Amino acid sequence: MSTTDAITRDTPLAIQLTDIVKRFGAVTANAGASLEVARGEIHAICGENGAGKSTLMRILAGGMRPDGGRVEVDGRDVTGWSTADAIRAGVGMVYQHFQLVPTLTVVENLVLGDEPVARGQLELSDARQAIRALCERTGLVIDPDRLVGDLSVGEAQRVEILKTLFRGARTLVLDEPTAVLSPPEVTDLWRVLRRLRDDGGTIVLITHKLDEVLEAASVVTVMRAGRTVGRLSTAGATPADIARAMVGRDVALAARDPKANAAVSGAPALQVAGLTVRNAAGRTVVDNLSFSVRPGEILGIAGVEGNGQTELVAAIAGLVTPSAGRVLLEGRDVTRWRVAERTAAGLAHIPEDRHARGLVLDWSIADNLVLGQQHRFTQGGRLDVVRVAAHAEAQIAAFDIRPGNALLPARALSGGNQQKIVIARELGGGRDVRVLLAAQPTRGVDVGAIEAIHARLRAARDAGAAVLLVSADLGELLALSTRVAVMYGGALVFETSGADATPELLGPHMTGAAA
Amino acid sequence: MSDLIFQWLRIAAPYLCAAAGGVLSERAGVIALTLEGYLLAGAFGAAMGALATGAPWLGVAAGVGAAMAVAALHATATLRFRADQVVTAVALNLLVDGGSTFLLRRAYDSSANSPRVEGFGSGGWLGSPVGYVALLMLPLVWWLLSRTAFGLRVRAVGEKPEAATASGISVARVRWLAVLGSGALAGLGGAYLALDQHKFSAGMTAGRGFIALAAVIFGRWDPLRTAGACLLFAAAETLQIRLQGTAALPSQFTEMIPYVLTIVALATLAGRAAAPAALGRNTP
Amino acid sequence: MSTALVSRRAQWADALLPPLVALGVALVVGDVLMLSFGQSPRVVWGVLLEGTWGNAYGAGQVLYKATTLTCTGLAVAVALRAGLFNIAAESQLAAGGFGAAMAGLLLPSGVPALLAVPFCIGAAMTAGAAVGAVPGVLKARTGANEVIVTICLNFVVLALLNWAVAEYLHVPDSLHTAPINAGRVARFADVNPAFRGSAANLSVGVALLAIGATWFGLFRTTGGYAMRAVGLSPSAAEYGGISLGGTWTRAMIWSGALAGLGGVNYVLGYKYYYEEGFGFGAGFLGIAVALVGRNHPVGVGIAALLFATLSQGGLAVNALVPKQMMDVLQAVVILAVVASVPEVRRIVAAAVPRAKGDG
Repeated sequence: MSTTDAITRDTPLAIQLTDIVKRFGAVTANAGASLEVARGEIHAICGENGAGKSTLMRILAGGMRPDGGRVEVDGRDVTGWSTADAIRAGVGMVYQHFQLVPTLTVVENLVLGDEPVARGQLELSDARQAIRALCERTGLVIDPDRLVGDLSVGEAQRVEILKTLFRGARTLVLDEPTAVLSPPEVTDLWRVLRRLRDDGGTIVLITHKLDEVLEAASVVTVMRAGRTVGRLSTAGATPADIARAMVGRDVALAARDPKANAAVSGAPALQVAGLTVRNAAGRTVVDNLSFSVRPGEILGIAGVEGNGQTELVAAIAGLVTPSAGRVLLEGRDVTRWRVAERTAAGLAHIPEDRHARGLVLDWSIADNLVLGQQHRFTQGGRLDVVRVAAHAEAQIAAFDIRPGNALLPARALSGGNQQKIVIARELGGGRDVRVLLAAQPTRGVDVGAIEAIHARLRAARDAGAAVLLVSADLGELLALSTRVAVMYGGALVFETSGADATPELLGPHMTGAAA
Repeated sequence: MSDLIFQWLRIAAPYLCAAAGGVLSERAGVIALTLEGYLLAGAFGAAMGALATGAPWLGVAAGVGAAMAVAALHATATLRFRADQVVTAVALNLLVDGGSTFLLRRAYDSSANSPRVEGFGSGGWLGSPVGYVALLMLPLVWWLLSRTAFGLRVRAVGEKPEAATASGISVARVRWLAVLGSGALAGLGGAYLALDQHKFSAGMTAGRGFIALAAVIFGRWDPLRTAGACLLFAAAETLQIRLQGTAALPSQFTEMIPYVLTIVALATLAGRAAAPAALGRNTP
Repeated sequence: MSTALVSRRAQWADALLPPLVALGVALVVGDVLMLSFGQSPRVVWGVLLEGTWGNAYGAGQVLYKATTLTCTGLAVAVALRAGLFNIAAESQLAAGGFGAAMAGLLLPSGVPALLAVPFCIGAAMTAGAAVGAVPGVLKARTGANEVIVTICLNFVVLALLNWAVAEYLHVPDSLHTAPINAGRVARFADVNPAFRGSAANLSVGVALLAIGATWFGLFRTTGGYAMRAVGLSPSAAEYGGISLGGTWTRAMIWSGALAGLGGVNYVLGYKYYYEEGFGFGAGFLGIAVALVGRNHPVGVGIAALLFATLSQGGLAVNALVPKQMMDVLQAVVILAVVASVPEVRRIVAAAVPRAKGDG
């Protein structure tokens, strides 16, 4: 690993963050993170989900105040500044969730907060001219009078970037900019960012994708568990170098257990045939997709987020109605079945967002442990609270949920223990699980709990469940999956056995490059 | 004929003012269930102010001021203390209803009516000069929302406050101003009502604030369409008064028209997301 | 201290602090209002207590008012537990009274109370439920906002009832129907003459039953479990196989039926006829009752007694200060509760360290 310690210091650094600390309650998002970015550089910050990248950048852009450490921009100490201060000083952030008002036009969004006024009225004609000139200069072409709500995701991102540039940003922070883009749009984005850099701009790119780092950035800072753990020049670096820094030596890519990749036979427990799902806007997000999973195997779905994984799982679980295609559970067509009927038929579901879907946070652990199975604890419409309580005690013990008080609200637990509630509910208590949907099962979960959750997934597989595992964490997929398929643009574009799968093999398919 | 038109506009005037306030408040993301309270406070303040000073314009100012005071309470509760907007509005309507009667009795030892308010005398076609001002309030709000920097901010804050914050705008500040403006506009409508009827009587607004809110929804939060809805509702009311005694349609049915139209509009338009997206949502 | 204990304490603080803060604020505001009328607060509060709980008549009147308020308060609370605002309790109450009166008129006189009373109660609840179903179904089918629909519905339903009474059912020169033939509920005064003149009647038992049934329904049935899930987290409820639209509809029907039940108190227990405007705003006050009762059936019962005391007390002190002072105090109580809930929650959350797990 070639650490570039020697930076020429004839000009002050564009950005210097020193020992940044930021806590949210009991969670420490940044625990002494530092960053140095030279002017005119495209700098990537990479790390796994939850490594603290976004928090660090929000602190830089004035969206949050740090609990400790120093923020310097162009050699000036600006620790704890506001968004407005940052904008004035030429630091702009492009958020992962666009901060645009859909009911306003492009030009209205761009002037918002610093509106040009003449004789008491908005005067937008100069701004329109300026935007057109900016479009010309950067290659980010957009009609200033279009309504933002009518734009595609890629176009909306252009507006986000234009917005920061329009405010005079010289330093641009982009949070996971490619997560929602199609490959041509990604190529376009890199072209624009290089052009901005060549004009003297500074770009900081948050990402957890290694190919992006190597393609776009000249320097990369790696974060792990709230700390910055490495700084590499991308020239001559390999994905493996960065991956090693991201994951850390001590937590080597989880060892594959020999049973994981053993092929299984038998009739599929889950079949998906020609499944097509459209989102609220009418766009096809799952496109004529077919696959099957047999009892005793784990099918891992890899892919960049936003390629239809969420909708695929929702359609199988019965939360959205597909526009075409069928879902079969053990040979029975359940496409039109309600959620409760699928649950009764042996479908278990670990949802990707445990706060929104998986738990009623204000409820006790005991009440949460029967969500979706309340009918099993009902006699003649009456909820048997004694059995609910007994069930809770048993599950808390079996799944080591801490603290083990069944009356505590789920909100009071750590992420890992909250996820254990979900897993205990879906897999424990003598349920006969035939098909398990596990979406991002270890997201935002502490290291100790990850192992326990993985063990539960393996146990479910060994007990004969067909497991569909959707994860943004390649390491997790490779460690657990019997087969791995790559989802891209709403379709499965590649499939291989778990034994053959490697990040190098899957990577190009995930970005659509190999398609 | 012209009689009919002036009667129609006189009935419409308080609706137009209150609905103007409703559009402003709701476009900023604050539910305007308090219009009823603002109207009543405006009527009460105007009557008391006019009686105390003998000057009708000072009465109007007092009415606007009283309604803005109630609006300030609403803003404090919902923006400072993040209280639920609907419950706060219900409480404030109750507060104004009880408070105005309480003070009426304190001042004039009557819990029903104030002494006669001279106001603007006969006041011309629309009863008082305030009537002409009232007709201009929704066009004014239209101009404010579509042509000024403040209006742009109001629209941003009611639709996506997070985006406004990211642009360096204080959401609370914009909402404070919009709610105060809403109180002032509706207060003007209440003042018109009191001066037109030459008195304040307990509960005299009789649900007009809710009809105005219905007009805002029926007008799909657009100032000009809302003006149309106000005029439509006022026309129904005018018709009802004219038809009284002719037994063409029981008055109870004409009274229902605004509300039935609003329910129908909500049930048919709800899917089209016409409401400001952040309406009713207190930002952290 | 164990995390469980801390958390239990936090829950109690969350439930009880806002109403207590509100009562304190109301006392202070009440003092100021009394002083503004040149009255000594001590004297006025004394008269208020004497006029309510100090004698059988006053206590009877409080119980009578609390009965209606319990029903409307439960109605609002049930809807809120499912995440819905039912502002139509006022018209559901009226519809319930109307339904009870119609049932009582329909029956021939001489039908034994054991048959007639349940029949009339059923009619009251059905009528209230029918009004409640409208916003529920509209929300489930079209997503129409229930706050606006229920506000509008109040005007529509009350106008319809007024029309029916004025056009077809009224006794000449009055706004009320003829007295019911059967289904009367005994007054307290029939049992104990000390209650003479007070409207208190055995409907108070109906309210107590309603509290018990609502508690059981909310916390001990699968339907209540589903409603509470929908109220706290619609997306989690959906994930748990609970239909949002169905639950909204059921909650509003239940809520409407409870508000309608309140009509029994007036029609079967007090006047024996339906009269325009008999609710006197008890439906709107139900919102305050539910809020101060923290949406818990037992809390609703206690809050109903509190608000009934204020309301009856207002009449008792009317000679000293206008009874409208009580409207002001009721509004102050609502404002103080609703404004202090988020604040209390924030303070409690800051005081209780997040329970840390080891996993």
